[in-house]
Amino acid sequence: MSENPVIEVENIRAYYETRYGDVKAVDNVSFSVKLNEIFGICGESGCGKSTLIKVLYGIIEFPLKLVSGRISINIDGKSFLLKDNKDVNTIRKLWWKEISYIPQASMNLLNPTVKIKDQFMEIFRKMNKKITRSEAEKIMQKSFDVLGLPKEVLSSYPHQLSGGMRQRVVIAMATIHNPKIVYADEPTTALDVVVQRGILEMIVELQKKLNNTFVIVTHDMGIHYQISDRIMVMYAGKVCEIGKTYEIFQKPIHPYTKLLIESLPRLGDKSERKSIKGEPPNLLSPPKGCRFHVRCPYAAQKCAKEEPSLLEILHGRYVACFNPLS
Amino acid sequence: MVIVMSIEPPLLETINLTKVFKIGGIFKGANIRAVDNVNLSIKHNEPIILSIVGESGCGKTTLAKLLLKIIQPTSGIIRFEGEDITKIRKKSKILEFKRKVQPIFQNPFESFNPLHTVGRYLYASALRLKVAKSREDAEKIIHESLISVGLNPDVTLNKRPFEFSGGELQRVSIARALISKPRLIIADEPVSMLDASIRMSIINLFLRLKKELNTYFIYITHDLATAYYISDFVAVMFRGSIVEYGSAHDVLSDPLHPYTEILLNSAPDVSKKWTGKMLLSGLEYKEFESAGCKFWYRCPYTTDKCKLTRPEIRNLGNNRTVLCFRY
Repeated sequence: MSENPVIEVENIRAYYETRYGDVKAVDNVSFSVKLNEIFGICGESGCGKSTLIKVLYGIIEFPLKLVSGRISINIDGKSFLLKDNKDVNTIRKLWWKEISYIPQASMNLLNPTVKIKDQFMEIFRKMNKKITRSEAEKIMQKSFDVLGLPKEVLSSYPHQLSGGMRQRVVIAMATIHNPKIVYADEPTTALDVVVQRGILEMIVELQKKLNNTFVIVTHDMGIHYQISDRIMVMYAGKVCEIGKTYEIFQKPIHPYTKLLIESLPRLGDKSERKSIKGEPPNLLSPPKGCRFHVRCPYAAQKCAKEEPSLLEILHGRYVACFNPLS
Repeated sequence: MVIVMSIEPPLLETINLTKVFKIGGIFKGANIRAVDNVNLSIKHNEPIILSIVGESGCGKTTLAKLLLKIIQPTSGIIRFEGEDITKIRKKSKILEFKRKVQPIFQNPFESFNPLHTVGRYLYASALRLKVAKSREDAEKIIHESLISVGLNPDVTLNKRPFEFSGGELQRVSIARALISKPRLIIADEPVSMLDASIRMSIINLFLRLKKELNTYFIYITHDLATAYYISDFVAVMFRGSIVEYGSAHDVLSDPLHPYTEILLNSAPDVSKKWTGKMLLSGLEYKEFESAGCKFWYRCPYTTDKCKLTRPEIRNLGNNRTVLCFRY
């Protein structure tokens, strides 16, 4: 799909098993992520973006299951394959060192009864790294400097820190071993705009310094506009459009992307904004054909019957639509 | 006989409204002034939407709770239609106030009982607020308010909360607020739980209700873009104080207070990329306790005066006030 991809995803389907049938949270999704980029995944809640990240990170636990497809992770010339629920251990071996994950609301995941530096030591221990405490503290200090955290934070408990500082601690944890891939699921959603901007700028800086890959999942289109190099727009478990962020915002090709971007209010612009009519579908029984056709003003008869496949319409621009806007 | 026309009192007015919370233990019994000397006034002539914007922890939800009479202020006065609501004790008076001022909360899934149908909740609201004397009366009112938010009553009333999507359920909670035909609706982050593609439909609904039912709104949010889109006036809150107030266009396109400036520069807007860098501080609690201006730790224009003395509200005319020594 593109030059030196770090993550290659081919036709994966990941479903949640429920009493009423399978919830098709991720359905036939393919894309690839390059080295040295910030790749954004956006979409409404329930579109499958968090599920996708969980699968990529190898957290495939009941009721989630990988039904078909393959993911290959290529790091330093080595390839790691995930095809089956049993393969998760190959990915799990890469945790912290090669791949790390910043889950949703992660600032609340720190252990409240353990000092920050001891929580870091635990990661060192988990990785079987034989280093002394003072060496470890030096490494921590270095990564704290990058994120602008004062020294005192190391010897404090999580409750003594504000939400923004805790979030930075979690980012420091996730990046302390210079991983090649960092997945971040809504890294700043619970934070204030001012803190959010500070942290996002730190993520960009960190990415440039580590020359690695960040995959950022958020519903906030503004964040993608500000920091993502490329974005993938998802709707109801499917990919609508993939392309360079700037190009997608300039000229969306998929109707959903277009309507979504048009609905965003902008500062200094009071012209009327309309939201997309209808609601996202229930993924237990998604509509036939294109999943967006029910809400799409450009829908033709074909859209209700056949499913459009993701095609490269322009160079590096993938769109799944029968009537792409030009 | 000559009838002396008195000047009509404002719809809502707060005078030096203050709420102090005691935080024990961790901060050694520190006092946090969550709402600090807030003076707001909404004139009683034409319906407006007033947005209160600010970061989390700036006191905007506490202010909403004070205005709704959910909590009592530490000091200060809240006048609604000329009457001090912090003083009213009689049940019938409180009920009358609650009929006139209604809330909408952030997460509709938390504000409805998941085990009951929404119809049951709507009927209970109508009867408890004494808007209707019987179920038959209530039915008419509930149908009206559901229709005015764009829902079909026959389908809606027998459903339970989990059968709705977030956008629909938020519409139901707006319909609930409309049952008593309130003068003022206080909406605390009503769209932050909703998806981008349906968010604007709720925002547009507020605009329509303002026009059709002459309802006033206080819209509490951290999202500057939607605040700009719907509001007539904007109040910017920082650490309990209103640092800037004025018409939405003035405040958000030509900010005077340095905090408003920083807030505007940090919003992830989709039409302008960020320039420069944002410095982060870890000083939230210090800021509450600052003897001078609460913003001096981060302000690019800080002088010695700012560190020691509290600025007072400057009235710049044209409904514009700012809490800063620079003006």
